[in-house]
Amino acid sequence: MKRIKKFKTVEELRKAIEQQETSRQQEKRKVIVVSSGTCGQARGSLKVIEALKRAIREAGLKDKVTLRITGCHGFCEAEPNIIIYPDRIFYQKLTPADVRTIVKETLVEGRVVEKFLHRDPLTKERAWYENEIPFYQKQKRIVLGDNVFVDPTNLLDYLAIGGFRPFIKALTRMKPEEIVQTVKQSGLRGRGGAGFPTGVKWEATRRSPGDIKYIICNGDEGDPGAYMDRSVLEGNPFRVIEGMLIGALAIGAREGYIYVRDEYPLAVRHVTLALDQLYKAGLLGEKILGTDFSFDLHIAKGAGAFVCGEETALIASIEGRVGEPRQRPPFPAQKGLWGKPTCINNVETWANIPLIILNGADWFASIGTSGSKGTKIFSLVGKINNTGLVEVPMGITLREIIYDIGGGIPEGKAFKAVQTGGPSGGCLPASLLDLTIDYESLTAAGSIMGSGGMIVMDEKTCMVDVALYFLNFLRDESCGKCISCREGTQRMWEIVKDISEGKGKPGDLELLEELAIATKEASMCGLGQTAANPVLSTLRYFRDEFEAHIYEKRCPAGVCKSLIRYAVIPEKCTGCEACKRACPTGAIQGTRKDVHLILYDKCIKCGACLEACRFEAIEAQREEAIAIVKEVKP
Amino acid sequence: MSVHQIINLDSLQEIVERHGYNKNKLIAILQDVQAVYHYLPAEALKTLSKLLKIPLIDIISVATFYRAFSLTPKGRHTATVCMGTACHVRGAPKILEEFERQLQIKRGQTSEDGEWSLESVACLGCCAIGPVVVVDGDYHAHTSIRKVPTILSKYRK
Amino acid sequence: MITMKMNGLEVKAEEGWTVLETAKFYGLEIPTLCHHEGLTPYGACRLCLVEIGEGPKAKLVSSCTYPAEEGLVVHTDTKRVIEARRMMIELMLSVAPYSKTIQDLASKFGVTRMRFKIRNEECILCGLCVRMCAEQMDGKAIGFQNRGFQRKISTPFDIRSEECRLCGGCIYICPACQLRCQGPQAETAICNACLTMDPTCLDYYDELQCWMYDAGRCGTCVREKK
Repeated sequence: MKRIKKFKTVEELRKAIEQQETSRQQEKRKVIVVSSGTCGQARGSLKVIEALKRAIREAGLKDKVTLRITGCHGFCEAEPNIIIYPDRIFYQKLTPADVRTIVKETLVEGRVVEKFLHRDPLTKERAWYENEIPFYQKQKRIVLGDNVFVDPTNLLDYLAIGGFRPFIKALTRMKPEEIVQTVKQSGLRGRGGAGFPTGVKWEATRRSPGDIKYIICNGDEGDPGAYMDRSVLEGNPFRVIEGMLIGALAIGAREGYIYVRDEYPLAVRHVTLALDQLYKAGLLGEKILGTDFSFDLHIAKGAGAFVCGEETALIASIEGRVGEPRQRPPFPAQKGLWGKPTCINNVETWANIPLIILNGADWFASIGTSGSKGTKIFSLVGKINNTGLVEVPMGITLREIIYDIGGGIPEGKAFKAVQTGGPSGGCLPASLLDLTIDYESLTAAGSIMGSGGMIVMDEKTCMVDVALYFLNFLRDESCGKCISCREGTQRMWEIVKDISEGKGKPGDLELLEELAIATKEASMCGLGQTAANPVLSTLRYFRDEFEAHIYEKRCPAGVCKSLIRYAVIPEKCTGCEACKRACPTGAIQGTRKDVHLILYDKCIKCGACLEACRFEAIEAQREEAIAIVKEVKP
Repeated sequence: MSVHQIINLDSLQEIVERHGYNKNKLIAILQDVQAVYHYLPAEALKTLSKLLKIPLIDIISVATFYRAFSLTPKGRHTATVCMGTACHVRGAPKILEEFERQLQIKRGQTSEDGEWSLESVACLGCCAIGPVVVVDGDYHAHTSIRKVPTILSKYRK
Repeated sequence: MITMKMNGLEVKAEEGWTVLETAKFYGLEIPTLCHHEGLTPYGACRLCLVEIGEGPKAKLVSSCTYPAEEGLVVHTDTKRVIEARRMMIELMLSVAPYSKTIQDLASKFGVTRMRFKIRNEECILCGLCVRMCAEQMDGKAIGFQNRGFQRKISTPFDIRSEECRLCGGCIYICPACQLRCQGPQAETAICNACLTMDPTCLDYYDELQCWMYDAGRCGTCVREKK
């Protein structure tokens, strides 16, 4: 790590950027880029990195090959993955053992090793280069793409990709009002969930009276299934901070906070490192680059509360109090942190700012639809082949994301629903696959854009179980102040739980809907107001599934424990005893080569047998006992 | 687990001093205290109340509101199962059940011998590698019911 | 002065007034529970909901916390308001069916059934006791703990608080503490004959737990959760 020297003038910074850029462009060495965010590390990227370092050294290539360790590239399914420049050869799912082969055959002998190449799950074709991979082809990675080029722990790397040019432009060639107008004209809307026009928020904060103003980066990415903010903070924290510096100039703020979830230790580390380097470089603190502009930026850690993603709750958390939202108006733009005008924006929103300043409002507005400009990063997870972060222009369809980019559903199963917007969002069925993605269309369909989580579900996902899952999440994360939210989510959960256990009664769905509407109408903050969405959307599109649970005591997807039992399919059973070994209660009978039998009095429905069987010989069948009881009773 | 922690007054004072005796930094202070004692002992909370001049009930409101804090001692090892939506759809509830069976405790509890605590978390943000389990800071990707005993045995000495 | 429209009438509010204060000044009746003039507004019970704005953007807000704004259009008894209010009362009733205050509200606003499992916890977490203790009595002996469905009000560590001065303010102000008569089917019945009767005779309860730890004497404090 080179020592960071302080930039005392704009000229010094400009020179340094040029120097780094040139040095990068004239790079004669081969560069191996390794994707190593939190997921990458969990999949073993650190060991691969060690193996690479060793192998490069042993092959005598230390002066000919540069190793660049970056954050998440976004193609999580392929990790640990590397890209070898200048050819951009993409190798995926690597283990330390593979490294030797790569160094020998590709680096030394110049050959591509086919078994490490990405193979498309649908076409089965191999791709050599990053831009041949279908996963990337329909994406427009203006924000996330730079993760590939930057070592997030090195400020100089960020300069090498032109980092801080936007800041210099904003600082020296634009008036604060101009910056605000540019952001307004770009059409950028908040990427955290509500989609409020960013420029309007900035303008309101700027126009609020007072000398002391704050800006905050909302990194409390609490939506389960969404992790794009984590990726940006881990992989390119300098971009986010540069956005905040520009925002501070525009709004007139002298102090700011980056609020990061406690559950993201690597992001906290990288942000802390970035702040440290920027202070040393003189790009944060007093009289930045010799001008009158001073800006202090602190990191604040969350402590495990989803509701703290709500603006006023987040402010309360920074002030050291419980994360209870408060009534708005007054809005944070008028009265926020410690009563001062405060502008809170999401991580992805801040990350877009430098690009808008550099390339202009028109450039940004040329991407996307008329009401939703720019790109959005979605986390495509769940029952999908190509799990990962996808950045696409607004206006793309769900079908394109799930099939063209996502590679469809694994194991040949059928698509059932895609859940967007987290616990404030809803489930969209197959009939809406051609929906074009923008803020308004998602809301009209009963969901929301949210922070961009996109959880794909297949025929084996029970929608009653999904509704139950979200209600359980919400009743625990609700701050508990408003009775409509606290009791509303609790009582909705009770009703859906009964339905999932076969105790549903006629009238339950009507009561559920009535309660959902009351929760939505009467709650004070966004959490309560959107808490009903998961229930209302699943009822809207999958009512028949709820009715099957209530009237037939049947779970069509085979998930709800009380309504199913596991049984061996005799024709498929090979007698391998794998399920018997996996069973924790000894509930499976049978010897080798004999069809096995599950004993219901011992079976606790843990699902271990289903998981262990490689022949799909175990399935979840309808619980006959309940069916018989129902048929006997008139 | 009823081990009474002996609170080192100096260490508490040092933490509070580091944060400038600033009431606003209560959450950060509690995080630092928990990092030292692995939970928030009652005596520590009472001391913080005096040092920071914050009513004890307010500190307790904060300590019980945020999931990151624990007012009961944790085990020597902590297994955290991610229950995010993506992990849920991939079978996380059944994996939690397997942990409960293996450790003989329910989620949120600590074993009698003080060895293991079992937790769940709403989402770790590693959805691509779900179902995810974190044991003592180590992330375990693509967990399955069968892998649970193997994971546990790595930490049991 | 701030000019607003309430139920079609033009009203003027002082700077700093809430919608509720303005309504009260003009004699418009809005039900409240967790509101008290001597305490800061909290907005927990959601009974004081009013509909603000017009057209598709109209929404419900709690009038006790919503500030009077120039040009605001307010309606206090639309269908949306009445239906939401009824559900709030039904939710409260399912938690505290023995509370005379809530029973009276049920009678008054036409809540005739409890469709949720009765929980008998008496506490609806309105927060009046917490604010009374903190703001009026400067005690800070009790407060909110946990969150969501596990939220509760108690002393630190659920034991006798050193800060508690046994003033009884919490008991005085608690709406659920005013017990109604234990007539037939007391748990599930929504009685509306009590509208005209005073709080009833009180029984002894041995197993009481009250924050003043004066169990048994007055019989009006929060009963221990079973």
